[in-house]
Amino acid sequence: MRTAHELTVENDGIVDTLIRTQTVSRAEVIAEICAHLEPYRTGEKPIAGDTVIAKDLTIDSLAIMDMVMELEDRFDVSIPMSVIAEIHTVDQLADTIRELRAEG
Amino acid sequence: MGLFDRHAGLLEAYRDVRTTGYDPFQIRMERVLSPTKAVINGRETLLVGTNNYFGLTFDPSCMEAAIEAIRAEGTGTTGSRIANGSYSEHVMLEKEIAEFYGKKHCMVFTTGYQANLGVISTLAGQGDFLLIDADSHASIYDACKMTQAEVVRFKHNDPASLEARLRRLGDKPGHRVVVLEGIYSMLGDSAPLREFVDVCKKHGAYVLVDEAHSLGSLGEHGRGLCEQAGVLDDCHFVVGTFSKTLGAIGGYCVSDDPDFDILRVTVRAYMFTASLPPSIVASVRQALRVVKARPELRTQLWDNVATLYDGLRAQGFTLGPEHGPVVGVHLPDRTTAIGFWRAMLDAGIYVNVAVPPATPNGVSLLRCSLCAVHTKEQLEHMVEVMTGIGRQFGVIPNQPPMRAAAGR
Repeated sequence: MRTAHELTVENDGIVDTLIRTQTVSRAEVIAEICAHLEPYRTGEKPIAGDTVIAKDLTIDSLAIMDMVMELEDRFDVSIPMSVIAEIHTVDQLADTIRELRAEG
Repeated sequence: MGLFDRHAGLLEAYRDVRTTGYDPFQIRMERVLSPTKAVINGRETLLVGTNNYFGLTFDPSCMEAAIEAIRAEGTGTTGSRIANGSYSEHVMLEKEIAEFYGKKHCMVFTTGYQANLGVISTLAGQGDFLLIDADSHASIYDACKMTQAEVVRFKHNDPASLEARLRRLGDKPGHRVVVLEGIYSMLGDSAPLREFVDVCKKHGAYVLVDEAHSLGSLGEHGRGLCEQAGVLDDCHFVVGTFSKTLGAIGGYCVSDDPDFDILRVTVRAYMFTASLPPSIVASVRQALRVVKARPELRTQLWDNVATLYDGLRAQGFTLGPEHGPVVGVHLPDRTTAIGFWRAMLDAGIYVNVAVPPATPNGVSLLRCSLCAVHTKEQLEHMVEVMTGIGRQFGVIPNQPPMRAAAGR
């Protein structure tokens, strides 16, 4: 997973961070989110862009915020709590991360 | 669709809890006998979950001070601090707390919850950034709902996680306010405050520390983690409560900021609620004197922490990461936690039970809090009782594990 040209490792103890100057594809962000959400899947239906995180899955609000912290460090962005509250689907979360990276 | 439909999930979980017998959220203290004893369900019960760290609720000098104050000034102030509710004693209490910390200013609130809610939501305003520890108390989270500032969480007790978030803000305009707690209320662990302060200094962030559970218990003079870590001067705001070590109710915030007093006319949780009644102000002032005069209470408290923490650990219980006046005992799930809690109550010992969503990372806990006036025998008995129940529930091995009791 770790390839020198696309990942930097900063401060021991922090997860690998994709530094902000590098572009990240939407598919890549969605894949990462889905991987985090996989343990909360119910039934056979795979998690996709239109999955409503708090409704279609068994994840609670605190676990969502903890997942967001992991994603923040992975993609080197900070998502304010008020913004998290407005996010419902995987697509919306992915777009927020990409927009924040672009602002960087 | 009824008004309460949105709570359907919680209602269901609550029903589950109640089927175990006693409802942990509706426990009645039928008669409180002392800081460490009460009658519950008709039975004399040992209290090990009351945040009464120095046992001052029954301190004769504090009780007398409160009674005298009622006779002199009545039962309540019937008004807020900005109207008719500021008595000389409120002002004296503020002066004494400021002096206790060596800070210039102090504001007293009617509860600790209101102190956090009001101060934090007002300090960081539109265009500012509020950075909070992921395991913050509900009062801090509620302040975040009220503020116009952008709120970002960082990983619990992780200065590197805070630094990453401060770094990402780059040179965006706006103040940065970082909120930390001296001792976290669920697992009894302390913040690595010196490291946090270094990060905050580097990034020009203000530091607010909530010493609710650490007032009295930490530091050479009991001022809390800020004193113990030697960073009192670097912490811009210290918040605390009168409802734990000081044995009453109320909250405060101290600071050296020359303009601090403007908060008296901006913090709504201060302005629009009645002030503390005279009896509480009097007992708190006396309790603060006791804290200063009797450092041995701190020693006794930590001796008791060691007895309980090391005793449980030696039997194989999974505990919070370090010694603290709160000892959190991890249990595998909600049902076990509530069953265990009930078995302890049946055996005459009261502790708190904490289950998701009130706990970090969805853990289920028995939350024990020590008191300076617990006896060693009481706590050894408690370890024995918990060992028996723990073995019955299969959460600890039938023989103590072979490792030595560790801890700080």
